[in-house]
Amino acid sequence: MSDMRTPLSKVRGLGSAKDGTGHFWHQRVSSVANVFLLSFFIILVISLQGADYATFIDTMQNPLVSVLMLLVILVGCFHMKLGMQIIIEDYVHNEAAKIFAVIGNIFFSSFIALASVVAVLKISFGA
Amino acid sequence: MANASNKANRPLSPHLQVYKLIITMMMSIIHRITGAGLYFGTVLMVFWLACAAAGPEWYAFANEVFGSLLGRLVLFGFTWALVHHMFGGLRHFIWDFGYGLAKETSTFMARATVVASVSVTVILWIIGYMVR
Repeated sequence: MSDMRTPLSKVRGLGSAKDGTGHFWHQRVSSVANVFLLSFFIILVISLQGADYATFIDTMQNPLVSVLMLLVILVGCFHMKLGMQIIIEDYVHNEAAKIFAVIGNIFFSSFIALASVVAVLKISFGA
Repeated sequence: MANASNKANRPLSPHLQVYKLIITMMMSIIHRITGAGLYFGTVLMVFWLACAAAGPEWYAFANEVFGSLLGRLVLFGFTWALVHHMFGGLRHFIWDFGYGLAKETSTFMARATVVASVSVTVILWIIGYMVR
């Protein structure tokens, strides 16, 4: 045994990014949720296509539809933020550009999420 | 550092372009591209929801945009990207549990992903046109 470190000390700490396997785990958990949520989203969009405004509003004002739509948006945007961060970290090697891109990714994902949430809430509370 | 000048002559690790393009590799690349596509495609969702929240005129405008030929093409592509990314993700779940990593199995699953994503997308659109 040339390695004097105990197995515990090897895994202690969270690596250079101080994030451990958190990113990976969040990605997987959000993708499990997304399988169900985006299946719902596809069914919702198909059932709403060509609907007149009153029918659309009526459907969207159903509390269950509202809650599921909010979950689609929030979990979806969380998942896409994680995914885009991986892409940026893989391809952007300039440190400054990388930091700007990672921050921009958070801004974009947050904006998309909250703009959609506001729209859904506005509809469900009476557009 | 006597050998510092040798740094530039070090052999580089080979990258994508030196390998023969195989289907599992292709699916990995497409998984990432569809993911990025869906990322920017969320703008369409915001547009749809914001128009709907803004009132009947804007809702009609959004329907007109999405109902146009170009709109339908984009939405068809969006559907495929979503379905493909989902099947790709399901494939990753199988791998995460330690199954399907053998060469033949992973090649089969990569082929199955394409077949499944294309056929499910077409079926969804057929259903979409039928329920109208």
